[in-house]
Amino acid sequence: MKLFASGNEAVAMAAFDCGVTLGCGYPGTPSSEILDEFSKIGGTAEWAPNEKCALEVAIGAAYTGARALATMKHVGLNVAADPFFTIAYSGTPGGLVVISADDPGMASSQNEQDNRRYAAAAGVPMFEPADSQECYDFICAAFELADKFRSPVLFRMTTRVCHSKCLLERRFADQVMAKKSTAFTRDPKSNVMVPAFAKLAHKRMRADLHAMQELNEQGAYTTEKCASAELGIITSGISYQHVLDAAPEASVLKLGMTYPLPIETIRKFAAKVKRCLIVEEGDPMLFEQIMAAGITVENKPEAFRFGELNVARVKKLINGDLTADPAGAPGKPPQLCPGCPHRKTFEVLRDLGCIVSGDIGCYTLGVMPPFNAIDTCVCMGASVTVGLGMRHTLPEAEARKVVSVIGDSTFLHTGINGIVEMVYNRPATGHVVLILDNRITAMTGCQENPATGRKLDHSPAYAVSLENIVRGIGVDNVDVIDTTLETEKFAELLKTRLASNDCSVIIARRPCILAMAKQAKMGKN
Amino acid sequence: MSTITNIVAAGLGGQGVLKITDILADVIFQAGMDVKKSEVHGMSQRGGSVSSEVRFGEKVNSPMIPAGEGDILVVLDASQLDVARPVLKPEGTVIAPADVPTDKLSNPKALNVMLLGALSAKLPQFPESLFLEALKRAFPEKLHEANEAMFKLGRNQ
Repeated sequence: MKLFASGNEAVAMAAFDCGVTLGCGYPGTPSSEILDEFSKIGGTAEWAPNEKCALEVAIGAAYTGARALATMKHVGLNVAADPFFTIAYSGTPGGLVVISADDPGMASSQNEQDNRRYAAAAGVPMFEPADSQECYDFICAAFELADKFRSPVLFRMTTRVCHSKCLLERRFADQVMAKKSTAFTRDPKSNVMVPAFAKLAHKRMRADLHAMQELNEQGAYTTEKCASAELGIITSGISYQHVLDAAPEASVLKLGMTYPLPIETIRKFAAKVKRCLIVEEGDPMLFEQIMAAGITVENKPEAFRFGELNVARVKKLINGDLTADPAGAPGKPPQLCPGCPHRKTFEVLRDLGCIVSGDIGCYTLGVMPPFNAIDTCVCMGASVTVGLGMRHTLPEAEARKVVSVIGDSTFLHTGINGIVEMVYNRPATGHVVLILDNRITAMTGCQENPATGRKLDHSPAYAVSLENIVRGIGVDNVDVIDTTLETEKFAELLKTRLASNDCSVIIARRPCILAMAKQAKMGKN
Repeated sequence: MSTITNIVAAGLGGQGVLKITDILADVIFQAGMDVKKSEVHGMSQRGGSVSSEVRFGEKVNSPMIPAGEGDILVVLDASQLDVARPVLKPEGTVIAPADVPTDKLSNPKALNVMLLGALSAKLPQFPESLFLEALKRAFPEKLHEANEAMFKLGRNQ
């Protein structure tokens, strides 16, 4: 079946055709569409409260023999890194594939970390698709590899691979694999990572990686284009597409499985060309591994470590042209929507001169004029704890101005622990946490979350109560208010809480206007 | 590479920029050519600049149009012309709201469909019927009649 599909859609189709029993994830651009699509075509998928939960649920499913998929954006894998490193040792009898959707150039992220590092750091094999077809084919290959070695597989995508659409042959649309039958087999030596067993598992994992390298040398995941003897380029992922356009005359070795590398294949390729250049987006990950194997290759200049590559930049990279890239006219930046419930909240924070410890979501746009009302933003959940740190160390008059703001989905993601920290290690001036509850995970395209009362596929679910959580933890005051309808009352309430030494939570509750429009549409259909 | 045609649509979040390139890519796909479409999602619903690119020909590699190689630029909002123009060839074609009878729009939201009509007239290699079919696939049935009318107004101006 020939289709026109994005990389994310291709991953969903491949997962379905490979008989994946369960897909788990947390929304994050550019990964968010994978599970929605998987669910739409008949797969079982869930949004977990965060990426660690998602990966662990997927691990549990894979322990029973099921094929499982965990999806997240690059920074999500930081949250899920703890289980990721240890499941690399134990492995699972069912196949486990972990999608990391990286965002070089930071189209919609707080950093441009290169998650290929995680493959080497954890000792997990990795695929890097270059287009939608490879997304489909490599997901199938990843599950085969997982079966063969009992190993999790890291599937590293980037924004352009996730969101670009191209032609796709859905090879197995007519031969969808049955879901594997499940059972739990006791095998503590493999599945219980206490030191005695983990020592054995680590050795087994390293031996498996050697075997995987041998497999990778056989060439099933590698494409070689023999042309010029002058210039050879080693590349992977989307950079390959740019290389084909930028240097049609070059010989090209395109790697599909980039950990562990097919080092002997690379050695042979490098020996055939006079100049062997590595073209990769982000960190010099291929370069460092290849040099460490004693093969002399040329790295890209440091300037090309930043941002996305494209055809023009790859041409410059090859020519050693270090002139600055032309700066285009600035586009119109995104902003809080007209009618957004966060608007009134940020007006009040601005007018009261608060020091605002912010978080990740639409409301980070509160940093823009006319609000200028976000002072820090680090990572998911950090608003609460970073605000507490400031409260501990600032002089009293300033400490009293510190407010943490966090969205509903972000609060459930990693904000709850911060509330526990707040009541346990109370700052002398107390603290105020504002939960901006717009009843949806808005930023990433209005996905459901544990407080919306609906599952990933919008069917009814238990709705977790934010006020019950914070009351249960033991904060001094919990208020719920609509800051759009009761702006004055909210300002007075906030002033009162800031003046006290209490640990307070104010839930600013009003639904996202985009979500309301979407839900009205769904209701009609 | 010389056989590749590059089309860009640019506008603001909520204007239906991505819809234009979705429909165009569908037309090219139905016509049996190689085609790639690229854009950046994420902030697109927050009113910021949005642009989307379609490349087609015998064999397309990079999904991103190199600066200065765009053949046609469709802008949905005049403010985005300066932002998007660097992608266009010096002799490239711009299609803007001023080029279509916007006074005849049944609904301001249908501007993207009217501009798609104007774009279709610049791509004679694809028959009108392919566009009309792709247009129907992209919208619910109740909009089909109005969309076809807006498309034709754009195409035949």
